[in-house]
Amino acid sequence: MKNKNKNEREVVFWPGNIVVAEAAIAAGCRFFAGYPITPSSEIAHALSKRLPEVGGKFIQMEDEIAAMGALIGASLTGLKVFTATSGPGFSLKQENIGYASIIEAPCVIVNVMRGGPSTGLPTALGQSDVMQARWGTHGDRPVIALTPSYLDEVYSETIRAFNLAEMLRMPVFVLIDEVLGHLSERLEIPDPSEYELIDRPRPTVPPEEYIPYDSSQGDVPPMADYFTGYRWHTTGLNHDKTGFPTTDPKICQEEEERMERKVSSNLDKIISYDEFMTEDAEIGVVAFGSTARAAMVAVSDARDKGIKAGLLRPITLWPFPEEPARELGKKVKGIVVAEANLGQMIYEVERVAGCNGPVIGSNKVGGVPIYPGEILEKIEELV
Amino acid sequence: MEALSYLKHFKEVAEHEIMHSGHVACPGCGAAIAMRLALKTLGRDTMLIIPACCWAVIDGPFPYSACSVPVYQTAFETASITAGAVRAGLDATGKKGINVVAWAGDGGTFDIGFGQLSACAERNDNIIYVCYDNEAYMNTGIQRSSATPWGAWTSTTPGSDYKKERKKNLLEIMAAHRIPYAASTTVAYPDDLVLKFRKAMSIEGFRLIHIFSPCPPGHKALEKNSILEARYAVESRVFPLYEVEDGTKYTLSMDPPTRPVADYLDLQGRFRHLNKKERSFIQQAVDEEWTRLMHRMRIDEAL
Repeated sequence: MKNKNKNEREVVFWPGNIVVAEAAIAAGCRFFAGYPITPSSEIAHALSKRLPEVGGKFIQMEDEIAAMGALIGASLTGLKVFTATSGPGFSLKQENIGYASIIEAPCVIVNVMRGGPSTGLPTALGQSDVMQARWGTHGDRPVIALTPSYLDEVYSETIRAFNLAEMLRMPVFVLIDEVLGHLSERLEIPDPSEYELIDRPRPTVPPEEYIPYDSSQGDVPPMADYFTGYRWHTTGLNHDKTGFPTTDPKICQEEEERMERKVSSNLDKIISYDEFMTEDAEIGVVAFGSTARAAMVAVSDARDKGIKAGLLRPITLWPFPEEPARELGKKVKGIVVAEANLGQMIYEVERVAGCNGPVIGSNKVGGVPIYPGEILEKIEELV
Repeated sequence: MEALSYLKHFKEVAEHEIMHSGHVACPGCGAAIAMRLALKTLGRDTMLIIPACCWAVIDGPFPYSACSVPVYQTAFETASITAGAVRAGLDATGKKGINVVAWAGDGGTFDIGFGQLSACAERNDNIIYVCYDNEAYMNTGIQRSSATPWGAWTSTTPGSDYKKERKKNLLEIMAAHRIPYAASTTVAYPDDLVLKFRKAMSIEGFRLIHIFSPCPPGHKALEKNSILEARYAVESRVFPLYEVEDGTKYTLSMDPPTRPVADYLDLQGRFRHLNKKERSFIQQAVDEEWTRLMHRMRIDEAL
């Protein structure tokens, strides 16, 4: 059902997976390749209908590896592309995610996280892919992972994922979870005039002068679409600026460092976070995604009990918002890290927060959300 | 050709009930009936390797689990190779007389597990590979697979974008690997199913049994019509029952009366959107495939 509010924004009541699909189309995505996997399949269902309507291409693939491969191929033709998956599929995609990283192909991978390792809990919540997102593929490469908590944020962060992927020529992850994927919520669809859409940098030189990985103008080399007159060699081997393979140690080192720099020198554009009552906080809480919603209630409940708690909510999980975590660490006497896994983000909080007090986890992996009361108990433990 | 008996051989195995009540399949599930008949024939010295598919959940939770043989639920793409490895392990530890059965849906067979399936067939791993084919990813919400027939609605081939590609011909692909035994069967013909499992058990090497398996929610069909749908699939020649030995020796299990494909289509809501022209295209394609099959049957004689 669609209505308009006073500001002429479209008001909808959609489940999160549909929000992802619609936001992708709004972001200019015109290609989706995916494989059936719970709890993300509704994204594919929606796009199988919607993409042809807007002149895009939907392909159901024969497996997860193929879906990721297809994504890269379509990206090289100049399309904005994405796929959606969940735990086991995210694992299978990892090799090609590394491939997309080294050839610097913009693409978006939405992981609707579910519980457990392996087949695990296909129909239930999990937030266990924090470290897989960071370190899942082999080798060093930059990583961006966005973790919205609300459906309007799912919409805006999905658009931002495409923008970052295009701007920095790299894979970008959106990590939501089964709860956000299946939860329906009222949201206002922003008018296209309210957000910016970014396209990948394209060559401004004539074809004969084109150097595919020329970083003389910046760390993100202009990228030519296939069959627009520009020739470039694409390889998963380490390569030099011509795109052809090299084993020259100096060039390999420089190129890998340049790829890392695409993220490390753009942190101000990438990192997004939210804080709730942290100004005078004595106990810190760090949580992302759907768990952050419970954490916010826990912080409010703690305040009602006279405990000065405050929440840091990373909307960009990777690169981790180190600065606000450090600020939080300085002022509180302990931090609770709430996450629906057995403790993954907590390593990062411990590493960066420099908190003098204890950093403890509030963890749950049974497929049900962490309740505010459970986080509150941990807050009270630290008082 | 002898008329196919319906229940003669089924009666011989009727008393051995190895799949019990307590399973969590949908009412009218062809895959549940197929398992019941297969286990009756295979006996208790059987090991099931099941990848992600409906049957990964149909077995049910303890203590209601339905199959009283060991079940090894493996990752989506690995049923064939896992079964091959279990067989290798049993051989190495000197355990004999065990049926190692990979039991996978069409997604795990035609799509994600296809590379491994081909490799196992090429190595002639000594297993029985069963594909219960309900023609889409029913367990994850009816998405199309490469086993989905032309014209079918699925949740990823919606509306006018119904599936425009043909179903892969699994039996022919596998027969082309020259495996010792490849056969098609379905739940409407219990005797045929029992005999084919018996025959498979008597042969060494890679054996494939392809079972057409009606799915009421996925085919948008009435639960009470599952057996009828399977019978019409055979009688309309949409799903011919035959076997191929060593990739060359074809035997037709049943020369069905020629029932129009329309009878088969009409039982299922997934074909409801098709117009007359599209329905006659399916009839024509089925007729052509049947003619091709009849030619293949005679190639050996010609040679």
